[in-house]
Amino acid sequence: MTCTDSSPHAARYPAGALAFPHRDLLGIGQLERHEILFLLDEAEQWVALNRQRSKHVDTLAGLTIINAFFENSTRTLLSFEIAGKRLGADVVNMHAAQSSVKKGETLIDTAITLNAMRADAIVIRHGSSGATGLIADKVDCPVLNAGDGQHEHPTQALLDALALRHALRERGEAAEDFTGQTIVICGDILHSRVARSNLLCLQALGASVRLCAPPALMPVGIEAMGAEVFHDFDAALEGADVVMMLRLQSERMSGQFIPSAREYHHLYGLTKTRLAKAKNDTLVMHPGPMNRGVEIDSDVADMIDRSIITRQVEMGVAIRMSCLDVLTRRTRGVEGWGDIA
Amino acid sequence: MKQLSPITIVNGRIVTSDGIREGSLHMVDGKIAAQAEGDTVDAKGRLVVPGLVDLGVFAIDKPAFHFGGITRAALMPDQMPPLDLPSRVSYIAKSGKPDLWVHPLAAATRGLDGREIAEIALMQEAGAKGIATGRQWIADSGVMLRLLQYAAMLDLPVFCHAEDAALVGDAVATAGEYATRRGLPSAPCEAEAIAIARDLALAEMAAAQIHFRQVTTRRGLELVRRAKKDGLRVTAGVTPAHFMLSDLATAEFRTFARLSPPLRSEADRHAVREAIADGTIDVIASGHDPRGPEDKRLPFSDAEPGMAGAETLLAMALSLVRDEVIDLARAFELVSTNPARLLGVRAGSLVEGYEADVAVVDPDKPWIIQSSKMAATAGNTPFDGQPTQGRVTALWKGGVRVEI
Repeated sequence: MTCTDSSPHAARYPAGALAFPHRDLLGIGQLERHEILFLLDEAEQWVALNRQRSKHVDTLAGLTIINAFFENSTRTLLSFEIAGKRLGADVVNMHAAQSSVKKGETLIDTAITLNAMRADAIVIRHGSSGATGLIADKVDCPVLNAGDGQHEHPTQALLDALALRHALRERGEAAEDFTGQTIVICGDILHSRVARSNLLCLQALGASVRLCAPPALMPVGIEAMGAEVFHDFDAALEGADVVMMLRLQSERMSGQFIPSAREYHHLYGLTKTRLAKAKNDTLVMHPGPMNRGVEIDSDVADMIDRSIITRQVEMGVAIRMSCLDVLTRRTRGVEGWGDIA
Repeated sequence: MKQLSPITIVNGRIVTSDGIREGSLHMVDGKIAAQAEGDTVDAKGRLVVPGLVDLGVFAIDKPAFHFGGITRAALMPDQMPPLDLPSRVSYIAKSGKPDLWVHPLAAATRGLDGREIAEIALMQEAGAKGIATGRQWIADSGVMLRLLQYAAMLDLPVFCHAEDAALVGDAVATAGEYATRRGLPSAPCEAEAIAIARDLALAEMAAAQIHFRQVTTRRGLELVRRAKKDGLRVTAGVTPAHFMLSDLATAEFRTFARLSPPLRSEADRHAVREAIADGTIDVIASGHDPRGPEDKRLPFSDAEPGMAGAETLLAMALSLVRDEVIDLARAFELVSTNPARLLGVRAGSLVEGYEADVAVVDPDKPWIIQSSKMAATAGNTPFDGQPTQGRVTALWKGGVRVEI
């Protein structure tokens, strides 16, 4: 397959940079529906490439991408690293544990340092909401948010949308978007940036979203973002097309939010019995890492015809390739991408 | 420096608690006098007002205070080290003289840790004009009761921060749609009413005089309103941030809008304005807390709370007059008279025999608040870029002209 810089879906979008007029990818909240679809459509070529034996192109040859992770990560960091390398970029990973952050350097100074090393794109994960936006203001290159506090995790929401699109397509339910789909997100909504980004993304693509959690793990005022709020998981599952399970983020919890993992599993664990109360073809998603036996049972997580959890991971690489490709087009001088509004 | 010769400010609109009278104001030997024979200064029809008494600031920042017409400031005990010893209090009490009087507020507890009551009587003798719990609420009700009883015995007011500590935790925003959208750790606004309810009950038991430095929610204000009606010795204050701004101002994670207590909903902002109008709120203070980039150029939840407010206090109070929330006389009760009364100092009113702390104010003079051009040691104002009106054009502390 040949991968060129010209969009394979050119006819569906405004020309050149108008299809995606942002320098950075900080959140789904900044994106229009057609911009989300553009990133998804652009990812399709990378899904195809990633399934070939030779998975390498030179699209980003000569560019340097820094993955600056101020918070621990395995899969997101790996996914971004693979994405950058498959596009031919030089990828460097910076872990907070090994960095001068430990020596008292401020976030801004770290950002300025990375900028001075002339990165062509910086991927940032940070434990504080809004931190990636703060860095984006101080650097000259595109910044990709790989998760900021409890705010947003845009590439996760995009990869979830791509995985869902593929799963629906394989069932012959191929549609432009997710109109008519009812999607349940269940778990620690309060501490979850994944829930926020997915809520915004899925709604932008036409789905109706139900959020389910005990009151202590449900953020106040989330109804104002258009979600339907449930505390009873069984009620939330009724008629659901997709159920997305979230992990309990114990590392973000100060104080006790639930009495025990056992009781949580009893009320909010996705078991086979519970899944049977939804539709007979309800899809199961999880952004990982999973706590098997807490929010999701192993026999559900591993259901071949229903669980698309590994598909999500696969799509993660393609989505990140799509984002890196699109955001570096200006630097690379791709025709029509010179000026960003 | 003492006032050497008598001064008469002529042609002024003199603001007193009874209203505005046109005429002259006399200053002799550092005091306001019935008459004087000496130099005259022409106020050119501008307002002649009592110097502002800023109740509860976190830093002594003379240029900013003078710019804002502030001649006295009550300093919070949250210093490095905290004002929890008589020696520190007496040092601070002298630190601003002669052209700014600093009234130290004694730390309620040692190290402001909310556990052991500090040497309040000795600090009173060293010059403390009140007791403050600092930026935090005292979580232990037993400690708070004993503190209030002790304060009542010494006839010192207790200045409280009203936020239930356990509910607030590490929150940096008020729970609601905006905090949720931004993924900011948040606490319910009821944390304030819960703290006020407890402290009012304890103050009533102790027959103590209690002042809530910032009351920022409808429910909190309701409690104060009722307690006043019931005859409790309670007063309430607020800073301009909470009657000018709501949590909308934290959009884009602007750390200059990171305050303690955090900005509230638009409905609560309106409740604060109503409480200023109906007399539930007694004091408007700046909460002056200049913070440089090392404290503010950080992600929102990692940044320190606080705003540099001394320079904008007067203009913001005058905006309430322009918006017809209050009249001019009441505005200066809120920023001068009431805080001086709470501190027990003979100042804050243009009354014969009171300290000649006087400002001439042009209430209509337009200017733009600019973070980069502030006199304060840091420009962390949430009002950056906002046009406003009202400036001090001349200032006297104890009858001595202060250059501004």
